[in-house]
Amino acid sequence: MAFDLANPQRFEKLAARLVPLLTIASGVTALFGLYMALFDSPADYQQGDSVRIMYVHVPAAWMALLCYSTMAIASAIGFIFKHPLADVAAKSAAPIGAAFTFLALVTGSLWGKPMWGTWWAWDARLTSVLILFFLYIGYIALWNAIDDKIRAARLAAIVCLVGFINIPIIKFSVDWWNSLHQPASVLRAGGPTIHGSMLTPLILMGAAYALGFAALLLVSMRGELAERRIARLEQTARAPSRATVA
Amino acid sequence: MSKRRKRLILAFGIVGIAAVALALTLTALKSTVAYFYTPSDLRELSSPPAGLIRLGGLVAPGSVKFGDDESAAVNFIIRDETAETPVSYEGILPDLFREGQGVVVQGRLQHGRLIASEVLAKHDENYMPKEVADALKEQGRWKEGQSL
Repeated sequence: MAFDLANPQRFEKLAARLVPLLTIASGVTALFGLYMALFDSPADYQQGDSVRIMYVHVPAAWMALLCYSTMAIASAIGFIFKHPLADVAAKSAAPIGAAFTFLALVTGSLWGKPMWGTWWAWDARLTSVLILFFLYIGYIALWNAIDDKIRAARLAAIVCLVGFINIPIIKFSVDWWNSLHQPASVLRAGGPTIHGSMLTPLILMGAAYALGFAALLLVSMRGELAERRIARLEQTARAPSRATVA
Repeated sequence: MSKRRKRLILAFGIVGIAAVALALTLTALKSTVAYFYTPSDLRELSSPPAGLIRLGGLVAPGSVKFGDDESAAVNFIIRDETAETPVSYEGILPDLFREGQGVVVQGRLQHGRLIASEVLAKHDENYMPKEVADALKEQGRWKEGQSL
């Protein structure tokens, strides 16, 4: 393989060094971000203090999309180049993405009740994010349902790539259809519509979430690699004459 | 053709076919995926929709009339750029409900008036401190409901 990182041993070494750095960076950023979000940013002209839910909700929703996009890229690389490390990355990202999606759904619901007057509405944005959550669950279930890792990786990659169509739908659902959910405020043509004093803590929280995602992903990938190594060793120990290197 | 190339084409094929299938489905569903009608949507329909519908738009300034003290009844007008629909509602209004605010109401149409069973408030994509909003309004650089 052309990439250095694609070598599992090199990856191990790099990941072992990166995890503590990423964890500390994420923690420190989150601390700053949360302080700004909760104490050092103004209340919204319309929403008052309820706007502070945004600092937890919006980055979680960003991560829900980012995790899935990571999975889709890893799945495509794994599917096309048959690289086990890419399969491991895709598999490891799924539970993290599912957790972020769940967090986005729950905090969105808690925000929706005081602002909109309802916990849930079947509008395009909310529904497409719920579908994303089910895609994550289905993807995880598929990996667990098939014992042969290579077959599981191939099928899971196909499901993940088909499901990737949902990502632009989520992003643009608020522009394409009348929805209860408000349109994009940060990533939009014409620049953000959030005042700087609120944008800074939001970006900080986004960075904290992203760094945390990177740390969790590496930890989870190392776990998966270790599990595969153990499975291989057990196989070798059981049938030394027919030892195969998977 | 190498196996890898075949898989590459297959991977893009899967995504491509899924995208086309979805685009067709969404085009067919265009109107049903929308969460609400606007007053001008209603005007353009040849026959008013029966059963529960949702209507979205701005609460027309000066149109909110509360009933007598005993009931929680309220009448108001929802409007968009070109049309308006009168609404009657009895119940608790969300905190963000006020004149000029975007709302989505659910109910049944009776002789052109929507008898609402639920009122939801929309908020827009603008986030800013109150002082900034007031200053912008004072300078005439921004109106509520407008994108910044």
